[in-house]
Amino acid sequence: MDRIPILQMGDLLLVTIQVDMHDQLALTLQDDLTEKIQRSGARGVLIDISALDIVDSFIGRMISTISSLARIMDATTVLVGMQPAVAITLVELGLDLRGVRTALNVERGMRLLQQPDASP
Amino acid sequence: MIAGNGSIPVRVEQDVVLARQTVRQLAVALGLRLIDQTKLVTAASELARNAVIHGGGGEMHWETVERGMRRGIRLAFADQGAGIADQAKALTDGWSSGSGMGLGLSGSRRLVDEFELDSAPGQGTRVTITKWS
Repeated sequence: MDRIPILQMGDLLLVTIQVDMHDQLALTLQDDLTEKIQRSGARGVLIDISALDIVDSFIGRMISTISSLARIMDATTVLVGMQPAVAITLVELGLDLRGVRTALNVERGMRLLQQPDASP
Repeated sequence: MIAGNGSIPVRVEQDVVLARQTVRQLAVALGLRLIDQTKLVTAASELARNAVIHGGGGEMHWETVERGMRRGIRLAFADQGAGIADQAKALTDGWSSGSGMGLGLSGSRRLVDEFELDSAPGQGTRVTITKWS
């Protein structure tokens, strides 16, 4: 079965979404990440969506859910790399990803996660 | 340059991905701006998923359209599902018959230039959207 790889770097998990995800793949990622947070004790999750050329309500909901689940499991999620056209479309669609931390790129996202008071 | 029309099935989840890719290709070929491509593809993704999940599967018809100097893409998503009894309610943000966020119809309407919902209980649903260049 298809899976989005989750890389571990110290106490951070790094996910780079590079394929056009069908819904089941998104749900699998959600499950895999939750399990990986629990097993690794990761404190931060960085999700890079710079390769995604659309985020629809389903993917948006997955991102929100991952962020909430991670928070409950004592990890902070940062979403990075959203393309401007994707951001404009997402807001017009009606999703504002409230509660999801964002950063412009991977570097800034990493910096955010490495601050001692990163948890929201 | 593309012209004409066609249709693809939207019956299973993977078809939603195929619908997105098809619409992207059409939008690129027609020369839509990136932001308009993104909006149209996103709307198509919402409506294709609706057809699969709520409509029990259906079809996406596409055609290129012209009005004066402007060219556009018109997409119609048709299913033979249960249909929608209260269309005004279905077009409200946050209204959902299932587990979604209820943004599919109302949200996709905001992303396109023209939007038409044609549905009745027991007679399926047809949503037609148009994006102009």
